[in-house]
Amino acid sequence: MPAMNERTKPETPLLSLTALKKSVPGGRVLFEGLDLRLDRGEFVAVKGESGVGKSTLLNLVAGLDAPDSGHIAIDGVALEGLDDDSRTKLRRDAIGFVFQAFHILPHLTLNQNIALPLVLQRANGDEAIARAREMLASVGMAGRGEDYPRALSGGELQRVAIARALVHRPSLLLADEPTGNLDPETATRILELFAKAVRDAGAATLLVTHSDVAASVADRALTLTRGGLVNGRAR
Amino acid sequence: MAARADAIRLGSRAARWMILGEWRAHPGRVIVAMIAIAVGVALGFAVHLINASALNEFARAVASVNGAADLQVRAASPLGFDEALYPKLARLDGVASASPVVELRAVADAADGVSLTLLGLDMFRVATVTPSLIVRASNAADEDVDAPEAAPAATGDNPFQANSLFLSQAALDATGKRVGEALELTAAGRAVPFVIAGTLPGVAEDQSIAVVDIAEAQWRFETIGRLHRVDLKLAPGVDPARMRSAIAAVLPADAELVSRETEARRTDSLSRAYRVNLDMLALMALLTGAFLIYSAQSLSVARRRAQFALLRVLGVYRRGLVAQVLAEGAILGAVGALAGLAMGLGLADAGLRLLGGDLGGGYFSGTRPELTFAPWAAVTFLVLGIGAALVGSLLPAREVARAQPAIALKDVGDGVDPRARPHARIALGLLAGGVAAAFLPAIGELPLFGYLSIGLLLAGGIAAMPLLARLLLTPLQGLGRVSASADLALKRLWGAPSQAAIALGGIVASTSLMIAMAVMVWSFRGSVDTWLVQVLPADIYLRLDGDSSLDADLLRKLSATPGVESINFRKMVPLRLNAERPPVVLVAQTIDRDNPAATLPMIGASLSAPAGATPVFVSEPAMRLYDYRAGETIELPIVTRSEGKPAKFFVAGIWRDYGRQQGAITMDAQDYTAITGDRTRTDGSVELEAGAAASQVIDNLRAALPPSLSQRIEFALPGELRALSLEIFDRSFAVTYLLEAIAILVGLAGVAATFSAQTLARTKEFGMLRHLGVTRRQIIAMLLMEGALLGTVGVIAGIGLGLAMSQVLIHVVNPQSFNWTMETRLPFALFATVTVALILAAAATAVLAGRRALSLDAVRAVKEDW
Repeated sequence: MPAMNERTKPETPLLSLTALKKSVPGGRVLFEGLDLRLDRGEFVAVKGESGVGKSTLLNLVAGLDAPDSGHIAIDGVALEGLDDDSRTKLRRDAIGFVFQAFHILPHLTLNQNIALPLVLQRANGDEAIARAREMLASVGMAGRGEDYPRALSGGELQRVAIARALVHRPSLLLADEPTGNLDPETATRILELFAKAVRDAGAATLLVTHSDVAASVADRALTLTRGGLVNGRAR
Repeated sequence: MAARADAIRLGSRAARWMILGEWRAHPGRVIVAMIAIAVGVALGFAVHLINASALNEFARAVASVNGAADLQVRAASPLGFDEALYPKLARLDGVASASPVVELRAVADAADGVSLTLLGLDMFRVATVTPSLIVRASNAADEDVDAPEAAPAATGDNPFQANSLFLSQAALDATGKRVGEALELTAAGRAVPFVIAGTLPGVAEDQSIAVVDIAEAQWRFETIGRLHRVDLKLAPGVDPARMRSAIAAVLPADAELVSRETEARRTDSLSRAYRVNLDMLALMALLTGAFLIYSAQSLSVARRRAQFALLRVLGVYRRGLVAQVLAEGAILGAVGALAGLAMGLGLADAGLRLLGGDLGGGYFSGTRPELTFAPWAAVTFLVLGIGAALVGSLLPAREVARAQPAIALKDVGDGVDPRARPHARIALGLLAGGVAAAFLPAIGELPLFGYLSIGLLLAGGIAAMPLLARLLLTPLQGLGRVSASADLALKRLWGAPSQAAIALGGIVASTSLMIAMAVMVWSFRGSVDTWLVQVLPADIYLRLDGDSSLDADLLRKLSATPGVESINFRKMVPLRLNAERPPVVLVAQTIDRDNPAATLPMIGASLSAPAGATPVFVSEPAMRLYDYRAGETIELPIVTRSEGKPAKFFVAGIWRDYGRQQGAITMDAQDYTAITGDRTRTDGSVELEAGAAASQVIDNLRAALPPSLSQRIEFALPGELRALSLEIFDRSFAVTYLLEAIAILVGLAGVAATFSAQTLARTKEFGMLRHLGVTRRQIIAMLLMEGALLGTVGVIAGIGLGLAMSQVLIHVVNPQSFNWTMETRLPFALFATVTVALILAAAATAVLAGRRALSLDAVRAVKEDW
C-alpha cells in the first residue's frame, strides 16, 4: 500500500522545504529561510526550545497550516498548489502521525484505533483489522486488540499510536514530542521501539522534540532557530 | 463524481465506528435527544390523525344526509326558501332531474329522545337524483333490512300513505323501534305521530336519518310553500361551471348553491384554525426537541473537538466530518421520529376515545370517529422529525468544519476566549424580522406570518442569549468577592456566555412558549369571564334544545307565569352567508334601540339606522369574517315574507362575542318577526319579581309547558352558566395545557442533559481545582451558583421573550385564527412559580451532574485526554 507515485524520480527528495518563513498572529517571526531535504527512509530529528515553532513546522509539512512564504513539496508535489481536499488526501495516503498526547480515540477498541487509517482508505474491513493485529503485535501488545484505551498506561497508549501511524505504510512519518508525556524509562523503551518500527517500515521520519535523548535515535539531528535549521550532523 | 462521494463519506465502516462508539459512551444523552424528537413527532402526528379521523367522519355524515346529488341549492337558514324556486331549477337547460327536500332537525319520542335528521322527499325524484336515499317499504313481518339487493324506489306497501316514516338502520337502533311500530317526531315546534313503514337501505349504517313524503313534511311541520334544499342531477356532459352560473342567476337571496367541494371546505373551515393551532403547538414541542438536539450536538462536538481534529489529520475531509455530525443528527431524528410515529398512533387512539374527534374543542361534539391512518402524514412527520434533528445539528456541524485541526489538537480547554464580545447582529436581525412578520396579514385565513413571527422572535431571543447572559452577569461580578466558589462560577459564566446560551437554548424555548401560551390563555379566560358577567345579567336563562321552539301562545303563557317580571325571548337561527363557511347565528332578541349597550357588550359606539333599513348588531367574529363595518348597509339571505325581496340591514354596531366563533348577527325580535313572519322562539332570559325564588319560578315555568316541551327545556342560573362556560373553556384548552406541559418537560430534560454533559466535560477542570486545594463542597457550591445563575438568566429571558410572543398570540394569531380580540392580563402567580421552579431545577440539576463528575478521582480526571 505504499503511496508513493510510481513516476517519482529516484533523485526527488521525499520532503523538500525551501526558504520557508512562518510568523504567528501578532507578527512574531518563528523562523525564516528554512531549508530541509529529507530522503526516503531517512530519520531526521528537529530540536528546539518550547515556542520556537517545532510543532508549527510539522503542521506546515502536514498541510494543516500554511507558510507565510517558501515552498513545501512532498514526493515532488508542491503543497501550495493543493486545495484542502487534496492536502487531506495526501495526509491520508502518505503521512503517519505520532503525537505527544497520544490521541487515541477512547470509544474505539485498540484494533479499531489502529485500523482507522486503513478504513479511511476504504481498505477491506477484515483485512484492516488483521493488519491492525499484526501492528499491535509488532509494538509488543499482541492479543490486546479488543481492549479499550481507558485501561492503558501512557507507554501503552504511545505504542498503539505508533502502530496506528505505521499501519497504512506511509512514506513520511511526522512525530511531535512522542515521548514528552512519558517517564524517562518508558520514554527510552518507546524511542527504541519507535526507531525500530520506522526503520522496519522504511518510512522517512521527521521528529520534533526538545529532548536530546529523543533526538539521538535519529540519523540526523537539527536545531530549529529563528534563522532556520542549523547544526545538522550525521548519526 | 466518485471523488466527490469519497470526499463526503467518511467511509461506512469508519462512520459506523465513530458514531456507535460515541453513542455507546453516552447512551443517556442519545436517548434523551431521541425522546425529544419522538415526543414532538408523536404529538404532531396524533393531533393530525385525530383531526383527519374527525373530518372523515364528519364528511361521511354530511354526504350521507345529502345523498349523491351533483349539485344542491340550499336554504341560507332553517326558515327555508320559497318553493317556487324548484320548478325554475328543474326547467333549467342542463338539469336532468331535480329533487325538492324539506330538511329538519327532529327528536324522536323514544329512548329519552333521539335526535334525527328528518328529510321530506319527493319519492319519485329521489330515485334519479339521490339514489342513496331511496326508501324500502316493508311489511311489519318483513324486516330483512340488511338485504343488499333491497330497493327499487318505494317498493312494497304504498309509501305515500299518510304518517308513513322510513328510518335508517342507525335510527331504528337508536330508537329501539321496529318496522310497523309507531313513533312520534317533534320538529319545528310540532309533535307528529308516524308509523315506521320501512327503511333506508342506501344510508350509511351509522347515520340517523328519517324520511317522510315531502308534502307530509310541509303540512305537518308548518313549512308549507317552503323548501330547505333542491338536489340536482345534471345531464351528462354538461359543463359544471356554466351550470353554476345558470343556477346562480335564478337563486333568491335566501338560497345558495353548494357542491361536495364547498361542503368539504365548509366542514374543513369549521375547525381549521383550532386544528392548525394544535398542530402548531405540537410542532413547538418538535422545535424544542430541535433545540435539545442542538444542545446535545453542540456539547458533543465541543467535547470531541480534538477527536475531530485527529480525524482531519488522519485524512478525513471537512465535508466528511460535517456529514458525520449531520448523519448522527439524522439517525437520532429518524429513530426518534419512527418511535414518535408509533407513539402518535397510540396517542391518537387514546385521544379519540378519551377526548373525541375535536380534542375537546367542541366542534364535532358527540362523534367518536374511527382512527384513520394517514400514510402521507406519517411520511411528513417522519421528515419533520429528521429535519428538526438535522436543523439542530447544522450549527454544531458548521463549528466542526471551521475548526483548525492543528489548534484543536493542542487545545486543552473548551476553546472559549473570555474576551470575545458576543455578537448582537444576528439576534437583532431575527428579532426585527419577528416584529415585522407580526404586522403582515393572514394567508388563507391562517396566521402563518404570526407563527413565523413567533418562530423568529424565539430564534432571535435564543441567538441573543450570549449577549443577554453577558449583560445580566456583568453587574454581578462584584459578588465574586463573597467566596471563591461564587467568583469561579461568575467568571465561568461571564467568560463563556455562548456555553451558557447552549445550556439555556432548550429551556428558554420551552419557557418562553409556555409563558406566551399561559399569558394568552389567561388573558382569554379573563376576557371571557368579564364578557360572561356582561351577557348574563338576568336571573334565569331558559333554552329549548336545538330541535324545538316555543310558539306565540306559549310565549304569552310563560311571560304570565307567577314570579316572572318579564322574559326577553330570543330566536337563534343558523344563517349561511357563504357556502364555504359554517353558518353564522342570527339572534333575534329585544334590544333597547336607544341604548343597545344595555343588552349587548358593545365594542365602540352604536349608530342609528337610516330610514328603511333594519338595524343589526354584528359580533366581532362576524365583522372580521365577512368584513362588515359599522355604519354600512348590508344584505343578508333573508327575504321579507310580505314583499318577497331581500331586506336591507344597517350595521348599527359591533359587539363582543366569545360564544360563537363563526359569527353572530343580532337584530331586534320585532324586526325579525316583521321580516320573516316567524313568531317562534328558542331561548329566553327571565327577570324575576322582587322576592320570587328562582327554583320555584323554574318549576312554574316548566309546569306551564306541555309535556313534550317540558322535557326539552333547560333552565340555568347565571352563576351556573358562567361556571359551565369556563369549564368548557378550560376543557377546550386542556390539550393546549397538556402540550405546554410536555414542551416544558422536554425543555427541562434538555437542561438536565445539557448541564450533565457540560459538567462532565469539565471533569478535568474540577480535577485541577481539587489539585489546587478547592474542596468538593466548594466545587458543588460553585456548580449550585452556576446553575442558579443560569436558571435566573433563563427565566428572565424566557419570561421576557414569552411576553413578547404572547402579544403576537393575542393581537395577531387569535384575531386571525378565531376572529376575536382580548385584553392582556398577566398571570403573576404563574410567573413566580415558573421562576422559582426553574431556578431550583437548574441549580439542582447542576449539582446532581456535578456530584457525578466529582465522583471521578482527581488524579485520573486531570490525566484524561478527551
